[in-house]
Amino acid sequence: MRGKFLSFFVTQHHGTPVTTAARIVSWCLVALLASAVFSFAFSQLHYGWNWQAIWQYRQKFWQGWLMTVAISAAALLVSMVIGLLTALARRSAFLPLRYSAVLYIEVVRGTPLLVQILILFYVVANAFGLENRYLVGVLALSLFAGAYLAEMIRSGIESIRDSQLESARAIGLTRAQTYRYIIFPQVVRQLVPPLTGQFASIIKDSSLLSIIAVSEFTLNAQEVNAFTYSTLESYLPLAVGYLLLTLPVSLFSRILERRFRFAA
Amino acid sequence: MRLEFSHISKRFGDHQALRDVTLPVPEYQSLAIIGPSGGGKTTLLRILAGLETPESGSLSIDDQRLDFSEEFLLSHRRSIGTVFQAYNLFPHLTARENVVLPLTKVHGLSLIEAHETVAALFDRFQLSAHADKRPAELSGGQQQRVAIVRAIAIKPRFLVFDEPTSALDPEMTAEVLDFIAELRAEGRNLIIVTHNMGFAREVSDQCIFIADGSILEAGRSSDLLRNPQNPLLVNFLAKVLRY
Repeated sequence: MRGKFLSFFVTQHHGTPVTTAARIVSWCLVALLASAVFSFAFSQLHYGWNWQAIWQYRQKFWQGWLMTVAISAAALLVSMVIGLLTALARRSAFLPLRYSAVLYIEVVRGTPLLVQILILFYVVANAFGLENRYLVGVLALSLFAGAYLAEMIRSGIESIRDSQLESARAIGLTRAQTYRYIIFPQVVRQLVPPLTGQFASIIKDSSLLSIIAVSEFTLNAQEVNAFTYSTLESYLPLAVGYLLLTLPVSLFSRILERRFRFAA
Repeated sequence: MRLEFSHISKRFGDHQALRDVTLPVPEYQSLAIIGPSGGGKTTLLRILAGLETPESGSLSIDDQRLDFSEEFLLSHRRSIGTVFQAYNLFPHLTARENVVLPLTKVHGLSLIEAHETVAALFDRFQLSAHADKRPAELSGGQQQRVAIVRAIAIKPRFLVFDEPTSALDPEMTAEVLDFIAELRAEGRNLIIVTHNMGFAREVSDQCIFIADGSILEAGRSSDLLRNPQNPLLVNFLAKVLRY
């Protein structure tokens, strides 16, 4: 009886598929547990909630949230261009170009984004007279994500078997045609799922731009907190606001992943 | 067609794949290249197909000397049909798209012309039912047949086969070899690297035996395979024909 009770919740690798009932009950269980933990934590907190103060600033949250969406979308586009060019440079036969790509990728992946933002804004942008902090912010995020994308694109290109490149050569495609008709269509297919994941990362990472006073979601929440002294009321909507963006993206990514797995 | 190899050498790192290969091959329709693995037959074929450049030496095809510049080799590759052991087809394209691609992108046919050409060829070689399948949904034999159709669709000067059945099951081997025999019967010029001696004898009129980077014997296939002179060839045939 007890074994049967437990096995209701256990999925087998090669057994029967999970029943809808088991799925619903399990999710409820998880939700119950999570809310129990957090209710307890919050109940221990002797805190005078003041949601009215926050409600006055709802417009500020909304504007910050929109700015985060805009910055993330712009950074995603720019990072794809940077990632593609870097991946190609990384495979270049011209060594100085190839090593520049290696240096860029390793430095970016080996340092915290926060440090990169500070250096880019206070040193590099300053030196080149770039004063628009939104531009610098998008650039910093793009350079950061671009390094990761470059490696994804490169491994995608390298996953194409040599035999295919050989066939492409044999039928007389030029190098550019081989990229256009053989390599890129396959790389793009592989890349769509990790790319959506990367987008979720960019959304979260954009919160660090608050350090250079880019008026995005996190900075606005910080400001509301400073005006109202209502810390939790400022930061809880912040968490929810990010989840509203990242959850659909990660759900979408999972759907794509499933779709492309079967199409291969 | 005629071939003439003259002092061709090719090395890969420490491995001397071809050593000063010199041989005129008299007029033939179909040429078989046989020999032990790693003996240089695939390298010789790849030079013929414009996929590899020798360090030294020259090659004439029908008295035309092959220029080993990349520019010339590209147009050379475009004028011949090459079929490898396996994985000839692009996995993201259907069988039909695999054949259409070189026709439209390399040979300048319109999409409509290309589709008509492909439909006619698929119809003739019983591949129509598989036209819209991707390579992963085709058997190995079907994949090779589509690859061969892709090679002949461009109306090549000659066809080059590099062990076209060595990655296939016996039944599929027969399916592909029948197809190649049919092409020979149509009068097409073929050059085939093969391990299958029975097939080499049946389908080729000239034969080259190559081992350790050198051509050790060459001549009419019927003579060479039935009555080998070189002791290495005698030994090789005894081994491959034992079972």
